[in-house]
Amino acid sequence: MNLIDTKSAAATTTKGHVDVKNFSLSYETIDGSFEAVTDTQIHVKPGEFVSIIGPSGCGKSTLLNAVAGFLKPTTGTVTVDGELVKGPSAERGMVFQQYSLFPWKTVRENVEFGMKMRGMDRSQRERAARTLLGLAGLEAFEKHYPDRLSGGMKQRVGIVRALATGPKVLLLDEPFGALDAQTRVIMQQILTNMWQRLKISVLFVTHDIDEAIFLSDRVYCMTARPGSIKAEIPIPLERPRQQSMMMSSEFLALRRGLMSLIREESLKAMGGEITDLGMQGLNIELQGQSLADVL
Amino acid sequence: MSSSALVRHPAEAEAPAAAAEQAPAVTPPHQTATFGAMAARWYRLNKGRLRAIAVGSISLIVFLVAWHLLTKYRVVFFVRFTNVPSPLAVYDSFKRAIHDPMFLMHVALSCRRILLGFTLAALVAVPLGLVMGRFKLIHEMIFPVSEVLRPIPAIAWVPMAIMLWPTNEQSIVFITFLGSFFPILVNTLHGMTLVDPVLVRAARCLGAREAAIFREVYFPASLPHIFTGLTVGMGVAWVSLIAAEMISGQYGIGYFTWEAYSLVQYSDIALGMIAIGVLGLTSSLLIRAIGRLVMPWGRA
Ligand SMILES: Nc1ncnc2c1ncn2[C@@H]1O[C@H](COP(=O)(O)OP(=O)(O)O)[C@@H](O)[C@H]1O
Ligand SMILES: [Mg+2]
Repeated sequence: MNLIDTKSAAATTTKGHVDVKNFSLSYETIDGSFEAVTDTQIHVKPGEFVSIIGPSGCGKSTLLNAVAGFLKPTTGTVTVDGELVKGPSAERGMVFQQYSLFPWKTVRENVEFGMKMRGMDRSQRERAARTLLGLAGLEAFEKHYPDRLSGGMKQRVGIVRALATGPKVLLLDEPFGALDAQTRVIMQQILTNMWQRLKISVLFVTHDIDEAIFLSDRVYCMTARPGSIKAEIPIPLERPRQQSMMMSSEFLALRRGLMSLIREESLKAMGGEITDLGMQGLNIELQGQSLADVL
Repeated sequence: MSSSALVRHPAEAEAPAAAAEQAPAVTPPHQTATFGAMAARWYRLNKGRLRAIAVGSISLIVFLVAWHLLTKYRVVFFVRFTNVPSPLAVYDSFKRAIHDPMFLMHVALSCRRILLGFTLAALVAVPLGLVMGRFKLIHEMIFPVSEVLRPIPAIAWVPMAIMLWPTNEQSIVFITFLGSFFPILVNTLHGMTLVDPVLVRAARCLGAREAAIFREVYFPASLPHIFTGLTVGMGVAWVSLIAAEMISGQYGIGYFTWEAYSLVQYSDIALGMIAIGVLGLTSSLLIRAIGRLVMPWGRA
């Protein structure tokens, strides 16, 4: 099956090149046209792990949904391996922030779904699903309904399900946003493991700086309203990455850099004119929320 | 889960984070449980249900005793119990009736009408609701008509049904059909509007096309509401059937009850009523049981 193909091709991955060029996207609302993302260029090289980070509401989901094929760009193009994205397809697997497992299917049936849609026969897809579930440490739960799984397990199954069709690119929209800090860390490790084995391109959306640095080869930092790419930061940390690296001076330096970029944007997104960077780290009450909470 | 929670070992509390992510493994208790301990646990786990059964039985008994006393002393207090049969008289009637082929035929015929009318309604209303929920144009075409017809009680259809259908039997089945049709349609439609869009999107980027999304997402997602509709529809089917049988029938349990009144067979009136109640309850339970079979993922 496809999974094996991707594996054997691991050394020389050439598929999964995502290219977003001159991209902008406007939503039509009653107040008129609202530009959510403007003048954006991003790309993901085959086998690369790229994150998009930015304050809430800056258009991260909009951009990702356009890559998935759910939204059409107002201007510009989205291509994968040179082919224009026209609509959703199994080529681009997606993991959503909301748990999106089919409640009426068991864990294994969920994972088999994409293969079933491709017309693979039952015994074959059963075997493939078991292998993949094993990779994610979920083989014991194959007969469970999603209802009985913890949030972390649900997202793990979601990732496995998206990978089961052998996509060129995996798109994740704040997949661990709803999980507690401990589970998050474990999930990041599992995702890294699976990515390294399958050597697939990943576009990962998050608002968590540590998460972005820990996972990525490269991080795009977005500006707010209308969203566009403010900076592109390579993450030269060696792999495999360990939890302990998060204390290294290299990591902390990257973190500081990203933090100030994001902080600036969050302030802009919230206060409009408030751009005074001197306020960093203060507990200023802003629109009823503590600044520290928002950042 | 609940049984393992009762025998949690202290060591489990300090499980590493990675293990905590997994569901807790079911660890067998160290000491073999004695019969007494097992009985105690069974009692703890089923306490709520036992209580419900006990209270339910008591309330049924109170009902029967009250009925007995009210009829025995022929109480007249706003309502008149003078001619109301006592529970024992009804029981005698019942014993006679279950050996009476006429009575059994009435029951069988009513069941057949329900089965026909209700099944036809389900076969039409469920697909119609699904299609209406999915395709706007079909919804826009059918919804206004269905909204106008929906408030008309099935009984009001009796004269029209008699005109429409060549035989009495057909018009009664038609009325039963109408009674259950709208609850099923409305609930199916409601279920369709509540389908989580993120599931549809998930299916899309797993390569599902329109037909597959319909079959694999919309339909199963609407099933709980479809079954709500079927349960309500079954209740209304009985209401409509009994009314139709009383007005235009020659056979059936509704006709039996009405005929008992004409023939001054008071205990048969109560017998007919109870038979209707039991049949209605049984058919509702049947649908719920089927629902649980069809939807094993729901927490029952
Ligand atoms: N369907 C929509 N119609 C109108 N505006 C929208 C729609 N979806 C999102 N937006 C707006 O576009 C902006 C970007 O949204 P989104 O991409 O969801 O941001 P993020 O994922 O970064 O939090 C927000 O201001 C949001 O209010
Ligand atoms: Mg978002």
